[in-house]
Amino acid sequence: MLGKTASGIFWLFRYLERAENIARLIETGHRFTLTRNSGRQDEWRSILAALGTDAAYRATHADYNAAQVVDYLLRDKSNPGNLRNLIDSARQNARTTRTAITRELWEAVNECWICVNDGLKRQVREAELPATIDLIERQTAQVRGALENTMLRNDGYNFSRVGNFIERADSMARLLDVKYYVLLPSVSFVGSSLDNIQWETILRSTSAYSAYRWLYPGRASAMGIADFLILDRRFPRSLAFCYGKLTDNLRNLAMSYGVQSASLTEAERIYSSFASLTSASILEDGLHEFLIEFLRVNRNLAAMVEQEYRFNS
Amino acid sequence: MDAMATKPPCFDEMLNEDGTPRAAYAAYHKWFADQDTTHLKQKARDAEEFFRRTGITFAVYGDDDAEERLIPFDIIPRIVTARQWSKVSRGIEQRVRAINAFLQDIYHRQEIVRAGRFPVELLEKNDAFVSQMIGFTPPGGVYTHIVGIDLVRTGPDEFVVLEDNARTPSGVSYMLENRETMMNMFPELFSNIRVRNVSDYPKNLRASLSRVAPPACTGDPVVAVLTPGIHNSAYFEHAFLADQMGAELVEGHDIRIVDGRVAMRTTRGYQPIDVLYRRLDDDYLDPLIFKPESKLGIPGIFDLYRAGKITIANAPGTGIADDKAVYSYMPDIVEFYTGEKPILKNVDTWRCSEKDSLAYVLDHLSELVVKEVHGSGGYGMLIGPAASKRELAEFRAKLVAKPANYIAQPTLALSTIPIFANSSLSPRHVDLRPFVLVSPDKIDITPGGLTRVALRKGSLVVNSSQGGGTKDSWVIEDD
Repeated sequence: MLGKTASGIFWLFRYLERAENIARLIETGHRFTLTRNSGRQDEWRSILAALGTDAAYRATHADYNAAQVVDYLLRDKSNPGNLRNLIDSARQNARTTRTAITRELWEAVNECWICVNDGLKRQVREAELPATIDLIERQTAQVRGALENTMLRNDGYNFSRVGNFIERADSMARLLDVKYYVLLPSVSFVGSSLDNIQWETILRSTSAYSAYRWLYPGRASAMGIADFLILDRRFPRSLAFCYGKLTDNLRNLAMSYGVQSASLTEAERIYSSFASLTSASILEDGLHEFLIEFLRVNRNLAAMVEQEYRFNS
Repeated sequence: MDAMATKPPCFDEMLNEDGTPRAAYAAYHKWFADQDTTHLKQKARDAEEFFRRTGITFAVYGDDDAEERLIPFDIIPRIVTARQWSKVSRGIEQRVRAINAFLQDIYHRQEIVRAGRFPVELLEKNDAFVSQMIGFTPPGGVYTHIVGIDLVRTGPDEFVVLEDNARTPSGVSYMLENRETMMNMFPELFSNIRVRNVSDYPKNLRASLSRVAPPACTGDPVVAVLTPGIHNSAYFEHAFLADQMGAELVEGHDIRIVDGRVAMRTTRGYQPIDVLYRRLDDDYLDPLIFKPESKLGIPGIFDLYRAGKITIANAPGTGIADDKAVYSYMPDIVEFYTGEKPILKNVDTWRCSEKDSLAYVLDHLSELVVKEVHGSGGYGMLIGPAASKRELAEFRAKLVAKPANYIAQPTLALSTIPIFANSSLSPRHVDLRPFVLVSPDKIDITPGGLTRVALRKGSLVVNSSQGGGTKDSWVIEDD
């Protein structure tokens, strides 16, 4: 496989994952707007911050008006990372990696692009927002389905998964970092129960709300949520889960290529470090510090994969 | 004068003058008569949806709004019988053999020039003549691995060659996808009518390219398709063919010269390429030899080509056979190299470089089609009968200024085939581009080819860049 092709598939699934995260954050923000009377503007601000676009947003917009933020995230040309652009890039990558993906996967990406472009042709009115978000989520789910059901479990598949989980871990860590003050307004908060509204939004925006309720009925604590979102290997968006998958897929690559892989060694190191952590120790040593360090090693792992498999040179 | 009176009578491939179907269309016409129009309209929409969903699109140069467009597809097939096809394919084979012999000759001893049958100026002053090819024979002696011969039909048995595409013919992906679409839409037709299969083309292309591996190739030949990139109008086809052949699709920046071989950057390191099917013009291929500013090509590839380290398909310098002034000599070329009369005729052609011809062309401009000798894609041509006074005057000035740049041909009575439009059949002009694969021991012609159709009533311009559409093209077994 060409290095360029590996890179193309890797980024195809990073873009797709990123687009899904945006859709989910918008869904959460909108729900918040409907159910709460205060703090709405703050909520949109923290969503922009979790996506790393708050500063850029503020440079061109005066306030955090909901319709304006939603448009900014979905399709505003002043935001290069808007959802429409991400789907466009994903489709462009699928076109350039057409020889390495199945027809079914290509068609799913192409259809996703056609539908999302159609749905975002004009600014989405509030009345249409739920249907639009639903459309985006269904379309990206079809792409994932096509990948799972039709792709050979070869290097192309493994690169797609590596891209997917590096992006997912990155966005989970960012979201937690933006919200850590919600979990821990002060050190004395550790162990006490949380305000219902605040933790609900975090769990909703990671699709963890109902799972968490079942696992920890009636107990919302900073410790419980940190444990679930960072360390729980059953939850498919937790950092530990992502690294479990990353080690699997990087191991598959190293084995099929018959190479000693530095990126695999590094992923294994990070994965095993989760085993020695507890949510109590993370909160004690500082959640923010933990997340900043995690984001750094996660970025570094991406760079190692790129270099090891000759994505660019 | 009544416009209809000047219009030459043209041959309709589906219907006789009395409205009964011709033999080739007998079975199809019977089926069609039983169809419900609403149902067919739905099928036409389904076909468009199928193309959109599978992303079969092309880019139009200088068109910002619609960066990607669909080529309109018409659901009525082009049908020729096996008997008609056998003559056409013999003619194509003869012509392609002659073109390869001609290319071999002009880059070596130039016997045809010595024999006084071909003017040396057409080589010396021609940008498409690549002097670096002189004295070099490509692997297996094959110059044009992939050829498209553009034919038009003017009568029951009259297929005439309009153009040779020996450089980088495109459109084969539409031939293949049109058939897939038709089989999807109308499976019952294919169960009842024996239509010759076209789907082996990618397999044959790969096999054909593998047979011209360079001397440096040791194992199973590694084939790659070279594309100018995603913004090229034919990018879909490049990706499609690479995928169907199981070959990598590379761009210039994926390639580097490593240990004296042209190699592509893979996830395992640099891997040598044996045969490069390039969809890039000569000019951009090697900045060390051709355009120095080209970023699309591979610096140094030409030297390695001459050293037997890689095969380039088609060979550099084959574009000269596409030249429309060279075309006018094609009957002589066929006779010179094969010793036979040409099976397929040329269109009568006036070379404006010749004084008497130029005078004739200027006198009859409003009746003729004038083409640039190096032009392609329907750009830069004049269709006299359809041109305004101003266009005629402008073209007259161009002709007088640079006569050698132009040839002229009579307006042909191109055959028509109906398209399905507004719930009924309506005849439109068509051409046909069959695709030919050449390897050292074999010439392989896919039955049928790509039928292009001018969608506007009365129009003779079939190019997709100018609003033409396509049809599935069938060769059916004789009963």
